[in-house]
Amino acid sequence: MYKILHKQNVAPQVDAVIVDAPYIATNAQAGNFVVLRLHDRGERIPLTIADSDRQKGTITLLFQKIGKTTEEMGRLKAGDTIKDVAGPLGHPTPMKRYGHCVLVGGGIGSATLFPILKGLKEKRNKVTVILGARTEELLVWKDRFKEYANDLVLTTDDGSAGRKGLVTEALKDLIESSNLKIALAVGPIRMMQAVSEVTKPYGLKTLVSLNPVMVEGTGMCGACRVNIAGKTKFACIEGPEFDAHEVDFQELANRLGFYRDEEEQAMKKYKKRCNGRCKK
Amino acid sequence: MPCPTTYNKTMRVRDPKKRAKDFKEVALGLTAKQAIKEAQRCLQCKKPKCVEGCPVEIDIPRFISSIRDNNFLAGLKTIREYNLLPAICGRVCPQENQCQGACILGRKKTPISIGALERFAADYEAAINETETVEIAKPNGHKVAVIGSGPAGLTVAADLAKLGYDITIFEALHEPGGVLVYGIPEFRLPKKIIQREIEYLKSLGVKIKVNWVVGKTQTVDQLFEEGYKAAFVGVGAGSPRYMNIPGENLNNVYFASEFLTRVNLMKAEQFPKYDTPVKRAEKVAVVGAGNVAMDAARTAQRLGAKEVYIVYRRTEHEMPSRAEEVEHAEEEGIKFEFLSNPKEIIGDEKGYVKAIKCDKMVLCEPDASGRRRPDCSGEEFTLDVDQVIMAIGQTSNPILTKSIKGLKLWGAGYIEIDENGKTNKPGIFAGGDIATGAATVISAMGAGKRAARSINEYVMTLAKAPRQRKKSSKTAK
Ligand SMILES: Cc1cc2nc3c(=O)[nH]c(=O)nc-3n(C[C@H](O)[C@H](O)[C@H](O)COP(=O)(O)OP(=O)(O)OC[C@H]3O[C@@H](n4cnc5c(N)ncnc54)[C@H](O)[C@@H]3O)c2cc1C
Ligand code: FES
Repeated sequence: MYKILHKQNVAPQVDAVIVDAPYIATNAQAGNFVVLRLHDRGERIPLTIADSDRQKGTITLLFQKIGKTTEEMGRLKAGDTIKDVAGPLGHPTPMKRYGHCVLVGGGIGSATLFPILKGLKEKRNKVTVILGARTEELLVWKDRFKEYANDLVLTTDDGSAGRKGLVTEALKDLIESSNLKIALAVGPIRMMQAVSEVTKPYGLKTLVSLNPVMVEGTGMCGACRVNIAGKTKFACIEGPEFDAHEVDFQELANRLGFYRDEEEQAMKKYKKRCNGRCKK
Repeated sequence: MPCPTTYNKTMRVRDPKKRAKDFKEVALGLTAKQAIKEAQRCLQCKKPKCVEGCPVEIDIPRFISSIRDNNFLAGLKTIREYNLLPAICGRVCPQENQCQGACILGRKKTPISIGALERFAADYEAAINETETVEIAKPNGHKVAVIGSGPAGLTVAADLAKLGYDITIFEALHEPGGVLVYGIPEFRLPKKIIQREIEYLKSLGVKIKVNWVVGKTQTVDQLFEEGYKAAFVGVGAGSPRYMNIPGENLNNVYFASEFLTRVNLMKAEQFPKYDTPVKRAEKVAVVGAGNVAMDAARTAQRLGAKEVYIVYRRTEHEMPSRAEEVEHAEEEGIKFEFLSNPKEIIGDEKGYVKAIKCDKMVLCEPDASGRRRPDCSGEEFTLDVDQVIMAIGQTSNPILTKSIKGLKLWGAGYIEIDENGKTNKPGIFAGGDIATGAATVISAMGAGKRAARSINEYVMTLAKAPRQRKKSSKTAK
């Protein structure tokens, strides 16, 4: 059992929980994730470790309430417990002194980027962060990013905050105007693909953190396989970060949609059963 | 199909038509009367071939004579001297290649149903709700870490706990049992049997930490820092192999491990009562012909598939699966496409499986290893299916092995050990599938037994060493 110590709503449909998990916190590195299961009938889902505190023995998880499990998790309060949390899983982000780096985040992707930003700053890199969303209130954790980043560029589709338009436009301008060494993008597949297409002509090394369907997250089942430069890789143990220019985004999108009907069915049943109120 | 002289059909099984629709156990075991009658057939050989055939050399004639004499618990006690998990091994061992395959009676008639008798003895104990009281040595205060809770890990834990060790099992998944819980289906090995074994272990004082991915949650070095004197690595060969053919990542192509894990561990067959889904299909091709393939095929059928094909590149004679499973699969209506080697999985415009294209194979003359290698005949054919399950074997999982610096590996990343389960790193022992490559429950258990013995020796010498030093410093005074 893993206790939730703190819970906060950080954007519409996005919550953050701080979970008591001392061993995971001790070994967590930027880029790692956990796989959790809420209760005995629950499914196992991967969530990025958005922050961790070794002293306090806690990890922070950020999640968007898009399916039955995340919806249900959103109903948990401080003091409630999560049945299973396993981690820290996946390869950590390779940290070194690159020079000028850019982190590009869309939506909940900022959860992944935040520890990476902290790590890159520890290695004394110059880091520009570009966060994009439909509208201002969906820009998750922009204050935290501001605290660490050398530059924070915000973009919104509706112009309610920062620059009106897409992250890719801001990124392109940055590439043109500075000497970037590496880009790291996390967010919806289409956004990561667009970033990849922007950086490719410039030969800018770009990493993306992929989010395929996972089951156990320890390389045992192959559910998370992705196609990297024509080769099958297991994202949970060989990723989740890969060279963006080698990723088959179309295949990933296809595979991510595989259980869409079941997800809808589970959600419908959940909402009907509890009328939007119950916890389990 | 399976050779009749090595496969004995004394056991009662459920009606194929009914059982293929649910997940309840297929084989029902022997009645006491049947068991005694079967035991009476045993010749009690002076030089029993069956014992030679058993990977852990159970004194088979002795346990059979106890059953013959109506002393079932004594029979079980004999088995347990060699084998921690008789209820499990009685169900899943490939007896036709082991004890039963070696039985003298099999030369002319049917061999003794040794597996069924083993199972009978264990089930009898469970049915009367008896548990064998074992002597547990006084706690010796030495902590030993067991990594992985498959048959190898469970055996090490039990043997060392009985010797008084303070044992903690670390398991990556949320439930202990290894392949026994996530791989082998309920209809072949009911989960309550494993739960009983786990409870027994706990009664010996063994602690189990689940969700503990050693190498990630904690490294082996961190365990040693916490005072563990030795570590046993029994993490299995848990990474699926695949063919690297076009279309393998289409939707509705499963690796057997995922398919079986969804159903066995996550109970996806009860979706949406349980949250994990699994796709049900009409026509399924399962590639491979080992136990994993049979389990996947029969599971697909139980999920409602109308037609399920085993697609295998050799013939029925080379199938590595247990004979009983092949026979049960056949009775349940699973179809076999032999001498067929998949070369491509064809998808529709949405990225879902539509068909599987195979080369028709021929078997060549036996090669140096004596196996007949399949070769393309030049013909090919296409099977229309809407789901493909790859069950062509497992290989090593790198998480733990890569996290131990300098650990000597062989082949595809398996741990190199000596005959006592020692690795090249002091204090680290290994056994089971991670040392041998995917093998059997009984061989993993055997490896666990040997490793437990050698861990005990290792820790005892370690414990003596400083004390001797202390003594000598005292005498020096
Ligand atoms: C579907 C299927 C059917 C089979 N049928 C049969 C059969 O009928 N008869 C037979 O004899 N054999 C059968 N086998 C093979 C048999 O199950 C294995 O040979 C046996 O289970 C190996 O035991 P093990 O203890 O080495 O490992 P496993 O049973 O594989 O257990 C290893 C455990 O270690 C855990 N682990 C892995 N990495 C870590 C880590 N880093 N930290 C902590 N824990 C970790 C895993 O989660 C797992 O629980 C079958 C296998 C499968 C997959
Ligand atoms: S999630 Fe199972 S192998 Fe990656």
